[in-house]
Amino acid sequence: MIRDSDFDDLAHKSGEWLRGTGPESDIVISSRIRLARNLADFPFIRRCSDEDRISIERTIRAKMDSIDDWRDVRYIDLEQLSEIDRQFLVERQLISREIADAEGSRAVAIDPSEQYSVMINEEDHLRIQVMHSGLDLKSAWQSIDELDDKLEGAILYAFHPQFGYLTACPTNVGTGLRVSVMLHLPALVITRQIDKVFRSMQRINVTVRGLYGEGSQYTGDFYQVSNQITLGHREQDLVSLVGDDVVPRIIEYERKARDFLVKQGKQDLHDDVSRALGILSTAKKISSEETMHYLSKVRMGVNLGLIDDVPVGTINKLFIHTQPAHLQKLQGRLLGSSDRNVERATYLQCHLSGKLSDGELN
Amino acid sequence: MKCQYCEKPATFHITELTEPDGPQVMHLCEEHARGFLQKEATTPAASIAGALAKQLNLGQTKQELAELDQKECPVCGISFFEFRNTGRLGCPFDYTHFAEDLIPLLTNIHDSVEHCGKRPRRAAAADSHAELIQLRREMEEAVEREDYERASEIRDELRRIEEAGSTEQHATEEEE
Repeated sequence: MIRDSDFDDLAHKSGEWLRGTGPESDIVISSRIRLARNLADFPFIRRCSDEDRISIERTIRAKMDSIDDWRDVRYIDLEQLSEIDRQFLVERQLISREIADAEGSRAVAIDPSEQYSVMINEEDHLRIQVMHSGLDLKSAWQSIDELDDKLEGAILYAFHPQFGYLTACPTNVGTGLRVSVMLHLPALVITRQIDKVFRSMQRINVTVRGLYGEGSQYTGDFYQVSNQITLGHREQDLVSLVGDDVVPRIIEYERKARDFLVKQGKQDLHDDVSRALGILSTAKKISSEETMHYLSKVRMGVNLGLIDDVPVGTINKLFIHTQPAHLQKLQGRLLGSSDRNVERATYLQCHLSGKLSDGELN
Repeated sequence: MKCQYCEKPATFHITELTEPDGPQVMHLCEEHARGFLQKEATTPAASIAGALAKQLNLGQTKQELAELDQKECPVCGISFFEFRNTGRLGCPFDYTHFAEDLIPLLTNIHDSVEHCGKRPRRAAAADSHAELIQLRREMEEAVEREDYERASEIRDELRRIEEAGSTEQHATEEEE
């Protein structure tokens, strides 16, 4: 592993999971699986002394160092990191908000393609996550299963014959597995069917929540679907519940809603998404919420073939790269909110306006 | 309107659709809204409180629950009351010590009490490491009350166990 505290290079590229490919990637942004694991010989995090946390971090780091094919894995000490750098890793979905805001010894190991990361001293001693682009849960499960085996070869996990993998919170016990699929559902939001769709999901042990400002005026129309229970089912069955039963149904509803919007008034829709692109590529200052709102429209426009010269990967990247910490990392300096709005507009313009023909711009 | 968790004005009005009793409207300030939205899919403390409330309805008397609250794990020292308030257990041994109290809770949350997924090839016996956790805690307590003699005894004891453990582990690995 490479111990690292300088990851400015990350700001200029984006993770594999954002590339906008993979099955159903017009609607599914990413497929994420995480496993919660704990060491057998330490208390759970909340009950740990500072010394315990240090010992846990050291023990796990030493074990990870011994994994042969982990030479390129980056190991970041989160305790030493500035707030903005931690925020950057949160925006990138490589660490959780909880671990960013926590105190004491804690770290994250990240593979070069950003497909997997392992958090140390989050709510559990280990939180392993794998993220793939599009609806790709089966291969994500395969990757995380192998990764878990590799770590288990070096670390003695807390495991109970009846209750399975032991976790700090009983809602994670058993498999310790959380499958989360991030969906982009603008048409269900516009047609006001989103509530109805999610209410129907309540009975089948999945949780749905909005990301980035649900309930506020501006939203990116992103929703995350996850399994609720972790005990009493095999991992593959939980993966299949989300990936084969629930998500395809939501995708079908969203497709139908998009068809409906096109049939009902293609010109209006075309006008709406083109205006969104116009604002994003010409505004001189723009807030994060407004950016999300218009990027969401543009993303749908691209996927419906109404905007044909912006790759979806670019839009996915802009969602992440226009967030506060990313902008500041890209600029290499701290920026206040109003400066950020100016920088954000410049950044968007630079990535989008080149895609428009001169006639459309003027 | 004020945020329901603090004095700041509520600027986010969130409808949580996945609450068991139907949609629930929440009024939050920006900070609490961000915290709420970025939390993981389930809110453990809330679901545990819900499951425990159900348990109370299902026959356990208040007195029985009050007694249960006093119960403490001998290894990490967490009381059931503390667990109930935070939604987090203190150490792996809690699953053994509080097993019968956790079973109704696990049934409520997962509708199951039996893991049937993956198993580690090299599992530690469930409670074999509890002693290490307990000794470390006793050592910290000894240091706190400035009983350094006892603390150093425990340290030696801990080293012995840890060394024995690692030799044992090497032996198993070599056998493999």
